[in-house]
Amino acid sequence: MSTPDAKRTPLHEVHAELGAMITEFAGYLMPLRYGSESAEHQAVRTSAGLFDLSHMGEIFVTGPQAGAALDHALIGHLSVLGVGRARYTMIVNSAGGVLDDLIVYRLAPETYMVVANAANAATVRAELTERSAGFEKAAVDDRSAAYALIAVQGPKAQAVLAKLTDAALADLKYYAILPGKVAGIDALIARTGYTGEDGFELFVGAGDAVAVWNAVTEAGGEDLRPAGLSARDTLRLEAGMPLYGNELTAETTPYDAGLGRTVKLDKAGDFVGRAALAALADTPPGRTLVGLVGRGRRVPRHGYDVVTPDGTPCGVVTSGAPSPTLGRPIAMAYIDAGHADDTDLAVDIRGKHEPVDKVALPFYRRTS
Amino acid sequence: MSTVPETLYYTQEHEWVTEPSDGVVTVGITAHAADALGDIVYVSLPQEGASVEAGEPCGEAESTKSVSDVYSPVTGEVVAVNSAVEEDPAAINSDPYGEGWLFRVRTDDDPADLLDAQAYSKLIEEA
Repeated sequence: MSTPDAKRTPLHEVHAELGAMITEFAGYLMPLRYGSESAEHQAVRTSAGLFDLSHMGEIFVTGPQAGAALDHALIGHLSVLGVGRARYTMIVNSAGGVLDDLIVYRLAPETYMVVANAANAATVRAELTERSAGFEKAAVDDRSAAYALIAVQGPKAQAVLAKLTDAALADLKYYAILPGKVAGIDALIARTGYTGEDGFELFVGAGDAVAVWNAVTEAGGEDLRPAGLSARDTLRLEAGMPLYGNELTAETTPYDAGLGRTVKLDKAGDFVGRAALAALADTPPGRTLVGLVGRGRRVPRHGYDVVTPDGTPCGVVTSGAPSPTLGRPIAMAYIDAGHADDTDLAVDIRGKHEPVDKVALPFYRRTS
Repeated sequence: MSTVPETLYYTQEHEWVTEPSDGVVTVGITAHAADALGDIVYVSLPQEGASVEAGEPCGEAESTKSVSDVYSPVTGEVVAVNSAVEEDPAAINSDPYGEGWLFRVRTDDDPADLLDAQAYSKLIEEA
């Protein structure tokens, strides 16, 4: 199953003790689920879940020109980001194809933390280094190995975390970050996540990961359960959030994915991908990312064709799963231009055409 | 560790099958297979009266992460299907050798020709 050189997070032994089913993901041995993934999903929707995301990359860009370097390297406008705030953005190639989607946190006027997907962290580090070469007063430093990332997500996340910190959690806005102590341990506390729920992401030293995990587990008691990558995937899919490798690839532009708002063409100066993206900005994309809900019970999955009533392929499923919240199969799919408004689509599920309804994303939106 | 009841026979594809009773065997999927799939959310089964063939797919089980075929361990005619698990497949995970049974087949095959508990235990240990 796993390659011999698969990496372990600082929490690997904890997962093993919890009896997690382990899977290899992006070169790391990660918990897929601890017990029932549906129960883990429901815990995050209704109470709280605890995730090990230590495989994610933390790449620091620092110095007086850090903001300018990021403005050049990424499609977002990071030099105007307030200290203590975060922004969802992307790094693209010169053709506008997405190399990764990122969250960038501005920790101090001259300190940014770029959080990359594990599978792309090396690419992001290399591209940031190369793209910032012209900015003498900016330095790129990959600190992924030094950090563990622990997420507490769900409507009770704040109540659980409040038992362990004096930090002003209630005042911490969505997409904001502040330094604080969690269980007496230095942490960066961010109100970000990938579940569609309120919640926090805790960046802590790799050597402190077990202590923080155990403290959150104890504070959470019955209200919190550990949750694996399987639940994380169904949670983000219900929330309509893209996954790199599925909805986003180097052959996808931000416009294809319906994320044109992340392309800041109005920022000053050139940036990698500007010319290609500017040319695409006013052209309808050749395909559109849509949400699909199955009328039956069979599940459209990654790579399955979307077809018209006569069976002609007109799109492809990028992600699909049985939705625990909706109780129906859901999927995201790219539909070719000209078919985006079709109302009689089906998905070819292993040779049988199963009817689906096109719906607006997200599938799930939290009420409070 | 998954349980492997001594009294049943098993296939390489992780189905279990009982000794025949009046020429009828009961079929399900093993605890090992159910654990590997994760929470099963949907199972499709052959219809009553359908002919099934040993080693051929006759249904499918969908979980959060994947879908897998259900194979018939024997050749014969389906005489009963577990409509309760078609409605709610949770029992396949919680009680794979009991309430989670899938279908019954009238067959001339001898399940003893399949893997016994010891051989199946070895198979899943090596997996």
